Amino acid sequence: MKKILTLAMALTLTVSLAACGNKDKDNNSSGSESSSLSGSILAVGSTALQQLADTTAQKFMDKNSGVSIQVQGGGSGTGLTQVADGQAQIGNSDVFAEEKLDADKAATLVDHQVAVVAMAAVSNKDVGIDGLTKQQLVDIFTGKVTNWKEVGGKDEKIQIINRPSSSGTRATFEKFALGTKTEDLAGSIQEDSSGTVKKLVSETPGAIGYLAMSYLDDSITTLKYDGVEATVDNVANGSYPVWAYEHMYTKGEPDAATKAFLDYIASDEVQNGDVVELGYIPTSKMQVKRDAAGNVTK
Amino acid sequence: MERSVNMERSYNKRQEAKPHIAEEWVGKIYTFICIAFLVITIFSMVYFVASKGLSTFIVNGVNAFDLITGVKWNPDIDIPQFGALPFIFGSFSTSILAAIIAAPLGFCAAVFIVELAPKFGRRFLQPVIELLAGIPSVVYGFVGLSVIVPLFRDLFPGQGIGIAAGALVLSVMILPTITTIATDALSELPAGLKEGSYALGATRWQTIYRVALPTTMPQQMTGIVLGIARAFGEALAVQMVIGNAPHIPHSLFESTSTLTSAITLSMGNTAMGSVQNNVLWSLALILMLMTFVFVFIIRFLEGRKKL
Amino acid sequence: MSAKTVDKIATGVIMCVAGFIIAVLLGLLGYILIRGVGHISWDFLTSAPESIRAGGGIGPQLFNSLFLLVLTLIITVPLGIGAGIYMSEYAKPSKLTSFIRLVVEVLSSFPSIIVGLFGLLVLVNKFGFGFSLFSGALALTIFNLPLMVRITEQGLRGVPPQQKEASFALGISKWKTIRSVLLPIATPVILSGTILAAGRIFGEAAALLFTAGMSSPRLDFTDWNPLDDRSPLNPFRPAETLAVHIWKINSEGLAPDAPQIAAGASAVLIIMVLVFNLGARALGRYMTNKFTAAK
Repeated sequence: MKKILTLAMALTLTVSLAACGNKDKDNNSSGSESSSLSGSILAVGSTALQQLADTTAQKFMDKNSGVSIQVQGGGSGTGLTQVADGQAQIGNSDVFAEEKLDADKAATLVDHQVAVVAMAAVSNKDVGIDGLTKQQLVDIFTGKVTNWKEVGGKDEKIQIINRPSSSGTRATFEKFALGTKTEDLAGSIQEDSSGTVKKLVSETPGAIGYLAMSYLDDSITTLKYDGVEATVDNVANGSYPVWAYEHMYTKGEPDAATKAFLDYIASDEVQNGDVVELGYIPTSKMQVKRDAAGNVTK
Repeated sequence: MERSVNMERSYNKRQEAKPHIAEEWVGKIYTFICIAFLVITIFSMVYFVASKGLSTFIVNGVNAFDLITGVKWNPDIDIPQFGALPFIFGSFSTSILAAIIAAPLGFCAAVFIVELAPKFGRRFLQPVIELLAGIPSVVYGFVGLSVIVPLFRDLFPGQGIGIAAGALVLSVMILPTITTIATDALSELPAGLKEGSYALGATRWQTIYRVALPTTMPQQMTGIVLGIARAFGEALAVQMVIGNAPHIPHSLFESTSTLTSAITLSMGNTAMGSVQNNVLWSLALILMLMTFVFVFIIRFLEGRKKL
Repeated sequence: MSAKTVDKIATGVIMCVAGFIIAVLLGLLGYILIRGVGHISWDFLTSAPESIRAGGGIGPQLFNSLFLLVLTLIITVPLGIGAGIYMSEYAKPSKLTSFIRLVVEVLSSFPSIIVGLFGLLVLVNKFGFGFSLFSGALALTIFNLPLMVRITEQGLRGVPPQQKEASFALGISKWKTIRSVLLPIATPVILSGTILAAGRIFGEAAALLFTAGMSSPRLDFTDWNPLDDRSPLNPFRPAETLAVHIWKINSEGLAPDAPQIAAGASAVLIIMVLVFNLGARALGRYMTNKFTAAK
């Protein structure tokens, strides 16, 4: 039947066209555009950072038509691996590279901290409290306390909605809110996506979880931490400790286009615009700094 | 078939045969390339998953026996513990329970389609059931989370998530597989068998129960095992409703985890090559080996086909 | 209890179960459609998504899903039909053949997440296709091939052997017989099977997360040159499909109307699958009628 041959032809044609397309892209990147900057950038990694990277990338491309930026998710671990192996130009991560990669591999990467994300413990609206101390949180997440009345709430079983142990959000929460690593308790729920965590916390009686500030709203109770509210000012002046940097790693020093993109994200326009809109805190606002080991300096 | 080809050759004169032979080769080579591609793809996948999965034991020195029998899963503490038994248990219990729910439903639907109301069944019920197969698993997961989980939370002790919710979602997902195979099996049943039974004065149900079901049993089982295999490999929908606590649960309504949900949750978060990542590939390897086991069971069952 | 009573009860039970399945299915479809249909509008179907503001659409995602489907079929159909022909016509019954059959079965029940990760490490990284429609199409091909092989085999086996023998008797070569006698007769079965398989491609997400990617570059829908970066037809651009988009906004969506968008997108997806299903059936029936009427 001729159809098969036609199809086979179509297939070869597509493949060869596709191959041409690929070459063409490479040629473009070496600079035929009138704009001074050119290149193609692949940014892979953290899904939490994807929104910011994507929005800024679109704006950046509008200004620099010679540059093409692709932003992909896949998770912090994927992002760090891809950038360390040279498959991506930028690796987006919620955590310091040292926490995921071997020391010598992490040493090849250059950290660009593009924003600060603060997290807050949240609970279902029915538990009857509006804040917990650090010790109370530790007791809850290690399973010592299993009923809300033991921490001043009403008589109701505590349901933990946690993140998987590999999650960057969980690493931040454990490090700065609890100060200790915890195990996955029997009966606890582990979900990776903020949307699902929020849905479960808002619907499950007695639920407790934690979310990035951008996800907080009226459907859940945001709990104070040691009496301090999770606000931008409290995070900026260092009185609210549960926050982390969002990182964009490059392997060695970035090339011109990547550097321009990273500079653009660090510019006031983005930092006071998209960063704030998406619920992050601009790095420039922070009055405290923190290194990979977690030491805070003014 | 061989003979007819030979006959064809002998009838042809030589000069006419030549283009035919060339044409024959085109066909042979083309189809052979296709099948070779398929086989190579599978082998590279098996090799690939195996090499990544085995490196946990070879490079990272994790004891394979401990992995399969351990019940503690703490990959991110200083001395990590990798006990995958809860995942294996979760995968088996959810998919088998799903099959237990779906199998009778699928059989009844097949009987309905073939015996009771062929016209309505074939025109309406069968397409409708096949439609279930086309609904994306993301949507299943979301419906499960929005409908089944709150329902179970109200009806049973616990938070609604767990094996029961996962199995229920999966049972709907594998219903098309089971029904399609059961329908095919029943309609392939020789009319003589059924007519003989009716002629002996058996009722319709007796005929179905005593003749149709036993005769088609191997195929019915094939459908069920295929359903279990599909449920075993399903990831996104289960992950949303099962809770993902790495513990063997005490009830059907307590958070637990499956192999696939453990892989989906952490694969992207861990760095390639780290022990935390490699161990997930080991889970994938277990998943793959289980797929082989299921296929072997199916082949064994098909070998016992009575027709 | 007399056999007749048992028969009546059993019939009743089976009727109830059938009714129950229909109810569950209608409930499921109704739930998805009722929540989503209200959100569907021309604007929703054509405009680009928004990350934080309300009012985003699913235009590029819808296009990506369809385009990916076409690409996958272009790769899968010739391969799958070829392999199916080999299995049903050329393969001699031997250990090797039954081994290949086993392998095909294994492939068809492979968990999609493993295929996705295989795609990430081999197609995206090693072969350097990047996060692209092409990688996604290849990953989906891995899923779809076994199905195509099975469908083709089924279709070819359904051809009456007399037709084949008659063709051989006329001195027509095997390959020509397959092409001009067997395949046309098997076409209705193969076609409707392919379209049903297409429904599955449409809904796949887990494998695509790691291969076709989770974002879409800004597309220029006036540029139809497949070699341009921004052209929708470029197979080497990353593409987020509808199913992946639903997954993404359900999990990390920040837009205030994210739940509505997810519901709307789910409804669109279901409607597309519905159209595929009904289309496959109608086409299959039409083709069968046409072929049987003509011959």
